Amino acid sequence: MIEQRVVEPPQLFEAEKETQFITGSEAVREAIRRANVEMAISYPITPQSESMHLVGDLFAEGYIKEYFRGENEFAVMSSVAGAAMGGVRVFTATGGPGTLRAFEAFSTWAGARLPIVCAFMTRGINSPLTIQPDTIEMAFMLDTGIIMLHAETAQDLHDMILRSFMIAEQTEVHIPVGVFVDGFFVTHTRDKVDIAPADMKLPPYDPYSSPVPVMDMENVPFRQMRDPFVMKSNYVSYSAHASWQQEVMAAAERARKYIHQYLGDLIETEYPDADILLIASGTAVSQSREAMAMARSEGFSVGLVKIKSIRPFPEKEIRELVRNAKAVIVPEFNRVGWLAREIKSVAEDTTKIVAGPRVYGGMTMPPNMIMDEIRRCSI
Amino acid sequence: MNKKISIRMSGLGGQGVVTAAHILGSAATEEGKNSTVNPFFGAEKRLAPAESYVRISDETIHERGEILFPDIIMIFHPHVITLGKCYTMPFFEGLQKDGIIIVNSDEPLMLQKDDLEKLAELNAKLYYIPATQLAIDVGGTDLSTNMSMLGGLLGVTKVVSYDALRDALAERFGGGKFVASATTAALDDALKGKYEKVAQLIEKNMEVVEQASKFVTEYKY
Repeated sequence: MIEQRVVEPPQLFEAEKETQFITGSEAVREAIRRANVEMAISYPITPQSESMHLVGDLFAEGYIKEYFRGENEFAVMSSVAGAAMGGVRVFTATGGPGTLRAFEAFSTWAGARLPIVCAFMTRGINSPLTIQPDTIEMAFMLDTGIIMLHAETAQDLHDMILRSFMIAEQTEVHIPVGVFVDGFFVTHTRDKVDIAPADMKLPPYDPYSSPVPVMDMENVPFRQMRDPFVMKSNYVSYSAHASWQQEVMAAAERARKYIHQYLGDLIETEYPDADILLIASGTAVSQSREAMAMARSEGFSVGLVKIKSIRPFPEKEIRELVRNAKAVIVPEFNRVGWLAREIKSVAEDTTKIVAGPRVYGGMTMPPNMIMDEIRRCSI
Repeated sequence: MNKKISIRMSGLGGQGVVTAAHILGSAATEEGKNSTVNPFFGAEKRLAPAESYVRISDETIHERGEILFPDIIMIFHPHVITLGKCYTMPFFEGLQKDGIIIVNSDEPLMLQKDDLEKLAELNAKLYYIPATQLAIDVGGTDLSTNMSMLGGLLGVTKVVSYDALRDALAERFGGGKFVASATTAALDDALKGKYEKVAQLIEKNMEVVEQASKFVTEYKY
């Protein structure tokens, strides 16, 4: 283990970087090495297993105080909640069927205002079963109340995980952050990643930054669990529950400025004034970049919008971009087209939105598929 | 080199297609090029189809996932072709014009007539190399099959230099920097035990690479 010193977050984020040729899973390990994480809990599922295996190696090296394998994903996500309530910075990861197995826990995290950071290595979950990349689980996660970031590359994955702790732990935010990444296309792909020196780490989590009573000797768990709203049927109980849900949504809204601070805008654009816009998230952005280069070399007016934050959703930005475009194409790696739905929910004129192309079941999306849509939109 | 080179490696689980791709990608990176490397496999393991993909370019590589339009196809086992243990049918689906195919086989395979016709249309160059036999003869283990396949590749086209390949090999097996998956790690340990010393392992594997580069022969069809 390398002796580490605590530095202010900007010092770590803006430190001189070394370029490493590593997989997405290894990029997760390098983020956690520098994140001053106290506890990590794992349960294996492809394509996530390597990430938490490598986090386990950090425990063996002494970077993490506690690490164990849970009984299953539901147990892991519940244990992680306990760790966060106990006041430690905690990390875990899952993906695909694991995400659904643990599903109840995510809304619980948000409702309990726990600043957990969890990576989701997405994979197919439909029957027939597949281990290959597919982002359909993100459709289910949209309304759990957690912040959702979608990484395009191993660099994004590394940066988003490391910086998510800073976003999640703000007193006025203090809800979980899910960093989503397309399994295999990023987790198992070796690419160049710029990484800060290993002798730096983030400041520790301050449990008293929590906007809800912290479990300590004054507020023992018994006191937190006593008289829960579920045991009362009265006006105060109902209205407290309703207003609490609004407060969790408001916390996600308040996260916008911290996402701006630590990760830049919620979207990134190239040629935003073009006639045809490709709007995507995750590795669908990478395929769109290839398609855009092809299209522009053939003289088509094509631009690109990468959505980094799915929750909160960049509503105003997308509404304006769609307003100014002649056509919008939304390539996705899932069957249902959840991103196209999101975009349609904020656009004024939904008729110009092409909800596709979509690839699911694990194959890559040939840039030619996107190119075909560009040609169709140009007629 | 301004053009992107896309290499598809098709083999069987356990043959080292993922490691071969890793070493080739690292070697390209050592030479200052951009490279991405990714594997593709199912939940099954040994002897099941396994593929890996290497992209090498002077420019940033955005494209993700399997290589649909390879310039070079490396077939690590005859079963990829004869038993269809492959993610694409036929095995050369998507091969670009003037593309290269290198097959690990002691003798030329009986390819179907229409496949040969399609390959002729593409002006594809077809090479055979007894990669497993060379690995056993020179390296003393069939676990070096992937290295003789890389040797065969360098014998046909210099996508990377021998020096860069040696550096990449040293990084893969010599340094403490790399962590493989549990299964791969177990294989690595078995290999390390076999050669006792890492330095020997690297030299032996480079010998396999260099010998193999001489034993790749073009098949005129």
